[in-house]
This record gives sequence, C-alpha cells and structure tokens, in this order.
Amino acid sequence: MIMPATVSVQDLIKTYDKGKVLAVDKVSFEVKAGELFGLIGADGAGKSTIFRILTTVLLADSGSATLAGYDVVRDYREIRNRVGYMPGKFSLYQDLTVQENLEFFATVFGTTIEANMDLIKDIYDQIKPFSNRRAGKLSGGMKQKLALCCALIHKPEVLLLDEPTTGVDVVSRKEFWEMLKKLKAQGITIIVSTPYMDEAKLCERIALIQNGRIMSVDTPGNIIRAYPEKLFAAKSDDIYKLLKDFRNHPEVDRAFAFGEFIHISLKNAERTTLNAERSTLNAERSTLNAERTTVSSQLDILNRIAAENNHTGIQIKEIEPGIEDSFILLMGRNDITANP
Amino acid sequence: MEEKVIVCKDLTKQFGDFCAVDKISFDVSKGEIFGFLGANGAGKTTAMRILCGLSYPSSGEATVAGFSVKNQQESIKKNIGYMSQKFSLYENLSIRENIEFFGGVYGVSRKDIRERSDNLIQDLGLQKEANKLVGGLPLGWKQKLAFSVAIFHRPKIVFLDEPTGGVDPVTRRQFWDMIYDASASGITIFVTTHYMDEAEYCNRISVMVDGKMEALDSPANLKKQYATDSMDEAFYKLARGARRSGD
Repeated sequence: MIMPATVSVQDLIKTYDKGKVLAVDKVSFEVKAGELFGLIGADGAGKSTIFRILTTVLLADSGSATLAGYDVVRDYREIRNRVGYMPGKFSLYQDLTVQENLEFFATVFGTTIEANMDLIKDIYDQIKPFSNRRAGKLSGGMKQKLALCCALIHKPEVLLLDEPTTGVDVVSRKEFWEMLKKLKAQGITIIVSTPYMDEAKLCERIALIQNGRIMSVDTPGNIIRAYPEKLFAAKSDDIYKLLKDFRNHPEVDRAFAFGEFIHISLKNAERTTLNAERSTLNAERSTLNAERTTVSSQLDILNRIAAENNHTGIQIKEIEPGIEDSFILLMGRNDITANP
Repeated sequence: MEEKVIVCKDLTKQFGDFCAVDKISFDVSKGEIFGFLGANGAGKTTAMRILCGLSYPSSGEATVAGFSVKNQQESIKKNIGYMSQKFSLYENLSIRENIEFFGGVYGVSRKDIRERSDNLIQDLGLQKEANKLVGGLPLGWKQKLAFSVAIFHRPKIVFLDEPTGGVDPVTRRQFWDMIYDASASGITIFVTTHYMDEAEYCNRISVMVDGKMEALDSPANLKKQYATDSMDEAFYKLARGARRSGD
C-alpha cells in the first residue's frame, strides 16, 4: 500500500545538555503530500534539531513524528530509504569528485545515477562540466547543486533541506528556489528551513519558529492577512533620529527599521477603527467610510510626530505588512524576546 | 576637508593567473557607514584581508587609518576592530575574561578595561551572565557582545564581516542600533552583508563583481541608476552578469 508522503509532527520535545537547553519546545505541525513547506526561523530556533529527528538521526525526548505513515523511531529504516536529506553541513565528501560523490550516494541507496536522471537532469547538467573536480574545490552555489542531486538520487518521497541557501550568493539563491519549484511539480514533498524571511513567501505554507517554539503555521498570505494593525512606512532625511523619535512617542506601539523606511504601528490602532465607525453611524454620514478616516487620522498623527521633531523630507504611507513584520510581531506576542 | 579613513588606489591581488582583486579604487570618510557588497567569489574577503593588514597586495596602494597596507600592517591591526561570523570570541572563556583579554591585546589600560567592561556589561544587560562562558550564550547575544568587544579599544574603523548572518529579525535590528551608535561616536564602519535591507542603512555602498568594483554610490542613487526601488533588484542586476561564483 502506498502511503501519501505526508509529514506529521506531534508535541515534539528535545533538550540538550542534561535538560539544560530546551531546543524544541512541544512542536507540532503537519505537512501535506506534495507541499512546499518552509520552516522559518533564526539560528538556534530549533530547525536543525527538528530535521535530525525527522531524518531519524536523533531521538526526541518525547512526542512523535511520522513520514509517509512511518514512525521515526519504530520504522526508521523505511524512512531512511524514502527521505532525501541536505543537512547544510557535512553533506558532501570534500575529497571525492562530483562524479564520485554521486556514485557513492547512488550505490548506498542501491540505485544508479541514470535510474532517476529525469528527476535531477536540470541540476545535473549544471554540475556535469565539473564532474572530475573535488567537491571541496567547488563554489558555494555548485556545492548546493551537487548536494541536492545526491539527496535526490534515490527518488525520495520527502525532501528535507536544512538551510540550503545560507552562505550562498544572491544569484544562486534565486536559482535554487527555481529548482525547488520544478521538483515540487514532480510531486515530491519538500520541507525547507531558512532564516531568510524573503524566502518564506516562496513556500506554500510556513511555520514561524523562534526559541524552539512554533509561533504560527499557515500560508504566507494568511499570516500577513492576520496582521492586526495598520502598518505604515516612514522616512525622513535623518532616518535614525526618526526611528528614535517614533520609539520615544507614547502613541507609537512599534517602530522598526526596514532598510530605507521605518515600519510603524500606533497603539490602540484597532480601537480607533471602532470609534470612527461609531461616530459615522451616529452622525449618519455616508460618504466617508470608517477605514479611510482611520488611516488618514493615523497618518496625521505620524506626520505630526515627524514635524514636531523638525524632520525634513518626510514621507509616510500605509503599507501591506510582510512576513518579517509578522515574525517580529509574533516574537513580541509570544513574549519571545531576543534576551537570554 | 573630510578625514579619509581608507584610501584605496588600484589595489590588486593576484594568485598566479587568477586576479582576485582587480584594480579597485575607493575612499571611506571618517564616521561613514560603508557597505562592502558582492556575491561570494567576487573578491570581497580577499580585499578585506588586505585592508585589515592580513595579506599583501600584488600591486596598487591603500592606507587604513593612515597606515599603508604594504609596510605598516602591524599599525593597521592596532587601529582597527574586526568581527566576523566565523570568529568573534573565545567560547570557553567567560564574558568578562573575553573582554579583559581583547582589551589587553589592544593595549587598553587596566583601569579603562575595568570601567569600560562594567559599562559594556550593563549596556547589554548581561550582569547575571558576566562570569558565564560565552559558549552558552544564544547567537544573537554573542554577536552583540562580539561587536562591543571589537570596538572596545575605540578604534578608528571597525571591519564587520557578515555580522548578522542567521540571526533573528529583532536582534538584527538591535545590532544595527549598536552600529548607528558607534558611527555617531565617530567610529567608521566597514560592513559586508547579504541582507539588502542592511545595505540601505549604509551611507554608501560598493559592489564587487569578478574582482572589480562595479558600483560605488549611495543606496538611493544606485536604485535610481538601475531603475528600481529595491536594493535587492539593483544588486541582482549587478551581480547577475558575474562569471565567477567561487567560495
């Protein structure tokens, strides 16, 4: 009987150093068959530990996990035949050539390079010119491609990629995600972890993880839609001073630097909406909708703060939140500060 | 007349036939936050090593904090701070021990070490952890501590090699708060990063492609030049044509 290649994680707990370090704190999530699922979080969030438990190379303290219906503890042999794993580090033999690495992994899984060539052809063609070069002498981007081929060589049902784009240049990163999309089209379930927030929106569903805890699991779109307040982007000629001025103002809830702009939300942003709606209803005015009044009144407040602090070149506009905004908000909501 | 902390003219580094750094020329002014960008293999690390006094140029000239990279490397090392992802602090020394060690190595007086380390520990909120081993700290805290240690001796310029890689979004921003504060106090910041939003925090950035410096301007001007409002796009357009993607 063929089990659909879903992944199920239930209440996983893992500690290190005799219980002193809580690396994974009651983590649960489900991945659907053929899904491109992202585990988004910083270093130390617990991503690699979860991957090691799923690939059966590490035992959890408690909780359970299954891949394609097989239990990670009881059925570890079945899982090892069906999973492709790119662990990020130590995934290739540095002193074997490209060709030798591929042959090694193929033999270990009892197959050949040719057997599943249709799966890896696109990627293999890019590294073929370097067939006789030792893996250790390849560039970062090329190592990623080779490691991906080795992980796919036995036509796995589930592909687990632990930070495959970390330390790799911008161009190779983009190329890598293009390759993942093509693999997904072939029906492989893919779980990929990354600390890069901009890669989150390339996944179908994501789990945001920090300090061993999952803060949210949903599609990137839903996570963004669930952002509870209006978000604004502001800049002026002295952006660092603007950031401090906003942060010090009692009406401002949060202000964070985001490249060229500062992202800000005001306190009581939700309540402002309700009051505006009530006054509109009471006055029986029909032209202005509460939404617009609310936005423009919040814009007024922000412009006022900037002007009061003598800023020049002020630009403030409402914006759609992104995954990084949501991540920061959730860190605060879950009381997960950056402090030890 | 602005004081120049880095002056670089036709700096070149060759390894046999391979030209890793190909006649780069640029200046960095005092107090500037200068972003030194480029894809992996573009020659950034090689150039940085020369500027830090760790490697000799093949030709060309550069001065850092007024000292020549050709024959005054030791003086350069005394006058700069350095922090990278790969090495920052000794994991098996405590926070206090690390500060004392680096302070001592850079010739800070005992009295100044004591006073500054108390302030540093307090500013970072690490009073309870001060005697614990650095190895036990979460990554974000190690990075912030490493930066503080890198500027402990009040160098003219601090070199930061991808200081925020892999760190959570809140800690990243706290780190940049620290960079801004250091810059405001007169320390020049020379930083490399793969985060394009961080490129926006810089006064000017340069982009290296295949050993050459293909861009040198403010983020705003570069975005205008490449007709985009995203640094990510501008960088991608610049880096896309590169032939090298070395390690």
